[in-house]
Amino acid sequence: MSGVRVLVGTRKGAFTLTSDGRRGDWTVDGPHFGGWEIYHLTGSPADPNRLYASQSGGWFGQLIQRSDDGGKNWTTVGNDFAYSGEVGEHLWYDGTPRPWEFKRVWHLEPSRDDPDTVYAGAEDAALYVTTDGGQKWTELTALRTHPTGPSWQPGAGGMCLHTIILDPVNKDRIYVAISAAGAFRSDDAGASWLPINKGLRSGEIPDQDSEVGHCVHHITQHPARPDTLFMQKHWDVMRSDDAGANWREVSGNLPSDFGFPIAVHAHEPETVYVVPIKSDSEHFPPEGKLRVYRSRTGGDDWEPLTKGLPQSDCYVNVYRDAMAVDTLDPCGIYFGTTGGQVYHSADGGDSWAPIVRDLPAVLSVEAQVLP
Amino acid sequence: MIRVVLPAHLKNLAHVTGQVTLEVTGSHAGPVTQRLVLDTLEARYPMLLGTIRDRHSGKRRAFVRFYACEEDLSNESPDAPLPERVVAGEEPFIILGAMAGG
Repeated sequence: MSGVRVLVGTRKGAFTLTSDGRRGDWTVDGPHFGGWEIYHLTGSPADPNRLYASQSGGWFGQLIQRSDDGGKNWTTVGNDFAYSGEVGEHLWYDGTPRPWEFKRVWHLEPSRDDPDTVYAGAEDAALYVTTDGGQKWTELTALRTHPTGPSWQPGAGGMCLHTIILDPVNKDRIYVAISAAGAFRSDDAGASWLPINKGLRSGEIPDQDSEVGHCVHHITQHPARPDTLFMQKHWDVMRSDDAGANWREVSGNLPSDFGFPIAVHAHEPETVYVVPIKSDSEHFPPEGKLRVYRSRTGGDDWEPLTKGLPQSDCYVNVYRDAMAVDTLDPCGIYFGTTGGQVYHSADGGDSWAPIVRDLPAVLSVEAQVLP
Repeated sequence: MIRVVLPAHLKNLAHVTGQVTLEVTGSHAGPVTQRLVLDTLEARYPMLLGTIRDRHSGKRRAFVRFYACEEDLSNESPDAPLPERVVAGEEPFIILGAMAGG
């Protein structure tokens, strides 16, 4: 029977949670890199034992760790994330120009085919790639030097490139999302970029039709339907059916359309999951009830999933990279909270149970199916 | 032989326990400086590159401090000679994370 490994990045280290395919009994291993912020821990689709971790901290900066044996042993690889050429300036919170300054890697996206090729999304926003397993990182400069770049401003969490989607069909197509610049698509492997924010409505900016400036929180895609994208924006859940060229709101009957993560069922491209959060100023679930909302209609019509989740006095948040699905049948759903709980559902979201309750605040969750 | 004390996180990263001892003289004829010690340390433990000082500017990271002989050397020139007792191995060159947050 195949197994599952859940990779968890937290404020104070990395953890791996493993189970067999029944997903009933779990083993918790960690912390790895205790005391460090692990913004993202992820595995290669081409080799599940090849793991990468973004390890950072306020004292000692950014490191990247690699494991070739599923997380038993780790090696420090390259951490030279330089901006190529002229660094340039973006807008600071107060509207003044400010030079790009590297702070950390938010997200690592391994190639679907090659364990040695990984893309990295950085704060301040830039996209890097390695083709040698993390030793050397090269910036794909066309994104940072996009003509709109000087007008990009950070969101509250920093000007981070937090979402990278490598299209499963069109190998030269890459999607990224930046807070608070918006979403971008490249159709030539990163050589040029197109802002894809048409239809987004953001009350925080004066021009609703602005090409950039939208605070996109996360984007997800089902590999069987690559031109359909689902987005959790600062406010609003959005959908595109033309590879991001146009977006429409599908928040429907959600109790709040503010939130961070969004995920698609592994086998049902129209089944989508979000975790509504009360507001931008109150980052906790409405009414103190932790509810995952599921739409089986690709948005608009949402149902609360509550069985096994706390329905009173719950005031945790779920960050943008802290929700994942596995590819078993039934599909498993996983998410981690700022309170250190990692919940899972082995039945597509109908019922939930904690795998572990008392980790440090969870920053990222990924799920791997093991042979 | 220079003795270097690393903070716990960097000891873990470098897979060392206790103090690190570095031979920093070799063919070098000039004074033993902070820059020379850090260059030697990073050459021996390349996983420390970027953790103590910025990889490009060479500047000390904001929350890293350098102490020796009960003095704060953090803001000394990286090319200033280190105290004789550090050069003689009688006192360690201490690298530590500043007290800030948790």
